[in-house]
Amino acid sequence: MRVTLIFLAVLLGISLAWIVRQTINVRPWVAETPGPSAPDHLPAAVTAARLGLAVLLAVVTSFFMLGTSAYFMRMEMGRDWIPLAVPGILWANTLVLVFASFALQRAWNAARRWNMDKLRPALLAGGACTVVFIAGQAVAWGQLQSAGHFLTGNPATSFFYLLTSLHALHLLGGLAAWMRTMVRVRRGDAPYKIRVSVELCAVYWHFLLLLWLGLFGLLLYN
Amino acid sequence: MASPSLGHDATSYAPPAELGEMELPHAHSFITRYIFCQDAKVIAIQYVITATAIGLVALALSILIRLQLGFPGTFSFLDPSNYLQYVTMHGMIMVVYLLTALFLGGFGNYLIPLMCGTRDMVFPWLNMLSFWTYLLAVLVLVASFFVPGGPTGAGWTLYPPQSISPGTPGVGGGIILMLVSLAIFIIGFTMGGLNYIVTVLQARARGMTLMRLPLTIWGIFLATVLAMLAFPALLVAALMMLFDLLLGTSFFMPAMIALGEQRGYDGGSPLLFQHLFWFFGHPEVYIVALPAFGIVSDVLATHARRNIFGYRMMVWALVAIAGLSFVVWAHHMYVSGMNPYFGFLFATTTLIIAVPTAIKVYNWVLTLWQGNIKLTVPMLFCIGFMFTFLNGGLSGLFLGNVTVDVPLADTYFVVGHFHMVMAVAPIMVIFAAIYHWYPKVTGRMLNNTMGKIHFWVTLLGTYAVYYPMHYMGFAGVPRRYYAYGETAFIPDSVVTLNSFISIAAIIVALAQFMFIYNMVVSYFRGEEAGPNPWDATTLEWQTEHTPPRHGNFGPELPVVYRWAYDYGVPGAKHDFIPQNVPPEKVERAGPGDPQAR
Repeated sequence: MRVTLIFLAVLLGISLAWIVRQTINVRPWVAETPGPSAPDHLPAAVTAARLGLAVLLAVVTSFFMLGTSAYFMRMEMGRDWIPLAVPGILWANTLVLVFASFALQRAWNAARRWNMDKLRPALLAGGACTVVFIAGQAVAWGQLQSAGHFLTGNPATSFFYLLTSLHALHLLGGLAAWMRTMVRVRRGDAPYKIRVSVELCAVYWHFLLLLWLGLFGLLLYN
Repeated sequence: MASPSLGHDATSYAPPAELGEMELPHAHSFITRYIFCQDAKVIAIQYVITATAIGLVALALSILIRLQLGFPGTFSFLDPSNYLQYVTMHGMIMVVYLLTALFLGGFGNYLIPLMCGTRDMVFPWLNMLSFWTYLLAVLVLVASFFVPGGPTGAGWTLYPPQSISPGTPGVGGGIILMLVSLAIFIIGFTMGGLNYIVTVLQARARGMTLMRLPLTIWGIFLATVLAMLAFPALLVAALMMLFDLLLGTSFFMPAMIALGEQRGYDGGSPLLFQHLFWFFGHPEVYIVALPAFGIVSDVLATHARRNIFGYRMMVWALVAIAGLSFVVWAHHMYVSGMNPYFGFLFATTTLIIAVPTAIKVYNWVLTLWQGNIKLTVPMLFCIGFMFTFLNGGLSGLFLGNVTVDVPLADTYFVVGHFHMVMAVAPIMVIFAAIYHWYPKVTGRMLNNTMGKIHFWVTLLGTYAVYYPMHYMGFAGVPRRYYAYGETAFIPDSVVTLNSFISIAAIIVALAQFMFIYNMVVSYFRGEEAGPNPWDATTLEWQTEHTPPRHGNFGPELPVVYRWAYDYGVPGAKHDFIPQNVPPEKVERAGPGDPQAR
């Protein structure tokens, strides 16, 4: 649980500092007319969509931190842990996911400049790389299976299948959002809508890349 | 299409000004108005109806449990397997599918947009999806009653290896559907939770600073934060258990022989599950309690015509409780075996929680002190809550200490404790809240006489049920037993006491049907409530229409000038000033007015 507690401590620390700043030195019982700019509100850059994504990422982080905690605890508690022989293809997969993240960052940059000629191919490349990554993960599973490392064989292998499939599921969820963005681009929706969609996709992919790097490090660590 | 002048600044992401404050997906047909509706108020009512329906199932199960305990051997249809299944499903439904859904999905959806002064939740479509996912979770749970073998009988904590080993009732389809239903519930809740958090942080009315938020919103908001961080632990545990059960991994399952057969597991750790489960399970107590604390604060202030005592302290106490609730989970595991230093650590953190909690109780009492107390039904339920929560909380101090917990663990003392603190106390608040806000939701008052009868029967009845359980716990009567048979340490008086408890429980259950009757009849024939029957200050009572329509407020969103507790302000004509009344428009008291002091 240490991993989870550290994550929670950081998260709660930041929120607490923010709440204290908002609430200390405030006299709630005093009535006054609010000024034209409300200092208590979040800055204009913190839109509902951005904040919503941030909250979602916090929840997903909490989820994977708990998975990581379970990973370490199971490693300590059982005596049957055999370190996993990590398939080499995972290195190639990692590279592909970096490409996906990079492509979506380019798409985001293009969306900011409203350069549709660059936006479309970059967005497409991001999605394509992600599909390749998921297929590559499936190949890794197949390689492990054929090497005799089945799901039930050993806790290290079980965790590998569990964590990689959960990560892939989150990417699939991201792909659903990506498809929606593609539809918006094809339909020619209002620019602000497309910008928001592309931005959220890019941030989500960066997050999932970081998450994958963390999980990959974890699998190598054992 | 777009002008090239749009730069990298934040405003280029904002919708153009002519779109107005918020695009509301207005309903155009019966289906989008009442079924697939995106209005948070309708979603709230859908949550409440679904939660109440499944809650009544859990109530019926508790009566079946009591029939067996009070009159063992009388009812032949209750066999040991059924009994364990009823205990399990009663606990799980009440904690997760009733209380969590009712406080956050029900009251959260109804009150957050109204009290924050916004037209709706920020992601209405996601909000609708949240309810339908919740409904799916409930249906999957109900389906487990009808699969071969019935629902799981593993106890609501679902501890492995017992929960997925042969010999436990419902080890086939029952436990699978239970775990799947929990996973669906958590996914649905996350959708709703995103809405609650972002709406409170981002979409409040002008002038509604954090420190002007009613405590109800603080409670619901912090409980949502807790839930969003704690429910993933249950999700991880449920997924890993499904892997163990269906795919044969050994996350939680040790090497074992069950019913004479060697099972294929090896090396798994049941303790790991307990850690994950209680990492969710303890914050869950506060997921239920924090909204209750918030609602009580607002209802007390309104019906005592007095500002809440120590508002800032109340907010910080809520924050402190929320933070501390993550570092006490292992106090549920004292008897599972742990390093004594850990026991000491968790006992200490547990006792520290008593400090912010006591601050809250003192502040409620001081709010009543010299208030102009109106003994309305919501007020009665709030006072009932204060007593019940105090009693339940005090027995928690006993159980929080390792040395006292060891002999009392798994006895009826524990059952008495958590039913007082986590079942009766929050339910009292739910009743208070329903009696308080029903006039806004329906435009009609609930019947007062029936309300008072409901209160007294519920209060005295639940005390008759749960107080004796503490004594049974001291006597060492273990919980979750189908029957006690001939034992040396259980005296005959326990059998008599059990019959008494069962009769009291049946009376309490019947009183709830009177409450439901009251709700239904008052909807059609209740007295007209008017917009603000309690003379309350918060924004939901200042809407243009009662019940509020889609969009909540009139053409203009309210502007907030003051906190939610301006009751009995000296020199003002009326004894309350709504949050949206500007300082210059407050009517002054004339020489003849009682407030002119």
